[in-house]
Amino acid sequence: MSPFAEPGKTFGQRLQAALADAIIAGYIAFALFCLLLGVRTVDKVTGLTLAPRPGLLAIAVGIVVFGRLLLNLLVWQAEYPITTPFARLFTSERFERRDLIVLGTAAFVSALLLIVGGIIHWAAFQLIGACVLGFLAVGVVRRVIVYFFPNLPYARIFTIGGIAFAVLFPICSYLLEKAFHLGLPLRYLFDLSILVLTYVMLGWGLNIVVGLAGLLDLGYVAFYAVGAYVFALLATHFGLGFWMCLPIAGLAAALWGVILGFPVLRLRGDYLAIVTLAFGEIVRIILLNWTPVTNGPNGISDIPKPTFFGLPFSPVAGSMTFSSFFGLKYEPIQGIIFLYYVILGLALITNLVTIRLRRLPIGRAWEAMREDEIACRSLGINTTITKLTAFATGALFGGLAGSFFATRQGFISPESFTFIESAIILAIVVLGGMGSQLGVAIAAIVMVGGFEALRHTEGLQSIFGEGFDPALYRMLLFGIAMVGIMVWRPRGIVGSRSPTIVLDEARPIPKALVEEGRA
Amino acid sequence: MKPWEKDPLLRVEHLTMRFGGLIAVDDVSFDVGRRDITGLIGPNGAGKTTVFNCITGFYKPSEGMMKLNHPDGQSFNLERLDDHDINSRARVARTFQNIRLFPGMTVLENLMVAQHNVLTRASGLPTGAVLGFGIFATVGAILHIGGFARAEREAVDYARFWLERVQLIKRADTPAGELPYGEQRKLEIARAMCTRPLLLCLDEPAAGLNARESDALTELLYDIRAKEDIAILLIEHDMSVVMRISDHLVVLDYGKEIADGSREEVRNDPRVIAAYLGVPDDEVAKVEREVRQ
Repeated sequence: MSPFAEPGKTFGQRLQAALADAIIAGYIAFALFCLLLGVRTVDKVTGLTLAPRPGLLAIAVGIVVFGRLLLNLLVWQAEYPITTPFARLFTSERFERRDLIVLGTAAFVSALLLIVGGIIHWAAFQLIGACVLGFLAVGVVRRVIVYFFPNLPYARIFTIGGIAFAVLFPICSYLLEKAFHLGLPLRYLFDLSILVLTYVMLGWGLNIVVGLAGLLDLGYVAFYAVGAYVFALLATHFGLGFWMCLPIAGLAAALWGVILGFPVLRLRGDYLAIVTLAFGEIVRIILLNWTPVTNGPNGISDIPKPTFFGLPFSPVAGSMTFSSFFGLKYEPIQGIIFLYYVILGLALITNLVTIRLRRLPIGRAWEAMREDEIACRSLGINTTITKLTAFATGALFGGLAGSFFATRQGFISPESFTFIESAIILAIVVLGGMGSQLGVAIAAIVMVGGFEALRHTEGLQSIFGEGFDPALYRMLLFGIAMVGIMVWRPRGIVGSRSPTIVLDEARPIPKALVEEGRA
Repeated sequence: MKPWEKDPLLRVEHLTMRFGGLIAVDDVSFDVGRRDITGLIGPNGAGKTTVFNCITGFYKPSEGMMKLNHPDGQSFNLERLDDHDINSRARVARTFQNIRLFPGMTVLENLMVAQHNVLTRASGLPTGAVLGFGIFATVGAILHIGGFARAEREAVDYARFWLERVQLIKRADTPAGELPYGEQRKLEIARAMCTRPLLLCLDEPAAGLNARESDALTELLYDIRAKEDIAILLIEHDMSVVMRISDHLVVLDYGKEIADGSREEVRNDPRVIAAYLGVPDDEVAKVEREVRQ
């Protein structure tokens, strides 16, 4: 990043520095874009030919040069960076007069954009206006709340509010829909929430291994797969139900965690990551090739749904079902709401167990091992067993989530357990802030729910044209989000650790002090 | 017979450690008396830390025997134990030359981790039983409160007791990584003491401390020895500290033991003086002759 403003510099010197910086950025942009945007392969009768696109290239480079110049003049080189008042909205510093002027102007201009956009039907204006206004509104509301209630336990309110919302959301939205016929896409909403909650649970499970014990595990999906297949095979071959198989699947995954744990115990850091990655792939390839048992790439279908204390969710009249027992009219959505509560319960159990384990000696030993393995051994802690318990506990929850996945889908195949799943779960843990339960939950909602929401931004098509498909840009946005986190919050969304025991007063520990697992 | 040889806590015999062709420690034997402060000194590269790592189980010695006799009659051959068993069963605790605290955990948490084995037993989670069935025990420990809560209270009280002794009680909820260097040293000693050892091994405890801090450290070590009934084995470069507090000194040079005796004996030993001060070139032959005698 360019050098920040030095007080002694004249405007001329600053302009010179800004121009030099912008031109260098332009060169780099040209070098990057000349092949990516500058030429396009065209399939002609004579064969594949290159068609130059100088206009597009010039626009891209121009945007970089002018953007960089403006940023330099207004932010980096400026004596009063234009971003200061906006940043100040999210701190508790006092506002200066010029801050208020800038914020007022921004609010006025964005409101104007919104109105003008509405009149001349330009969605782009409306979008920009709405975004800026929304940002300002959030900041102002935050300042007002913090001003009047400076000492509220915000993290706790956030947690309790989140859990209350998760518990009430399906019932409330279902009843609302029943009463008023709002036309909410309930089925879709519930399916998406179930998916998000599955990843929340997986994130919390992996958090034990990576966040607390500091063992970098790139093959977590193996435990997920073991849980799913154990349940699917027991259910299809022996006719066992979901609730019977759930603990068996969890224990099988935990056992697999111990089996995996033994050979990798002597490895550290990168080597451990590589070996766990290999184990994840081994599991998937075995599932793919052991056709007599796993049915290979065709997978296992007709996996039963969970029952409500023995009452199935089915339309069959005559036999005892959930709807006939409670005298309700059968609706398929009842089964989905039940699935939602099952995964919510499983996820909350994972969270509760983790929170309790952190306060037990074994949890403290995990964290101590992440901080310094040698010191642990000098204090009489058996690090072999400590690592094994971390692997086994993480794997247990992975297995539980796996058997839930199998029962929800009704069909599983090795396709569902590829490396990208492990990568997404690990990304959730890293983005959330390793070891932080709240951060992991937020990261799972953003990563899974947020990117799913991108599929449904039809409004954007009125800006970028009919052919625009926002879902295609998911990976790009994913990458941008990752880079953003690395730059602004390298320790994750929640960047502090709370102590497990206090004498007088609990203070969050900055993550800068916390080791990131070299064990 | 010297006083520490009568009923030693630790008897090191013919300890040899080879790394490939390099002999880091060559046939070293000494005793550590009960309730003594034993100093292990020598110039840089003499093999002091290697001896330490052998005693505390971080290295397995190539040859030799290290026998630790508990007051209750139990004895342990340290060279046969795993490193964590040397602390938990043989009750030998150590500190490190470059401090190894858990920087992201609070001062109190550091001391709680040191009491891991006591607390683990109380939580109903036997250290050994983990394969599969450990999960059941863990679930039990998560739900159960009674006995564990009491053990935890006792552990906090013990940690509080040690924090008061090293004057860190006000900083109990501070992350260990935020403490200044001198306090980190003291915390590391308190943490080692929280494992309730019989032999405390300190690897250069005064390194990097100023004169006042190293005086305070001396006081602390005296205090520990007077009240805790344990033996202290320390490596130290700071001769003023060593000469003031040690009852018994063992001097190493190039992996060999060159002196073993009381402060006065070692202070006047020509080999020790030669090893520490070096000798002018023209006197090498003369000193060597003296040394051989």
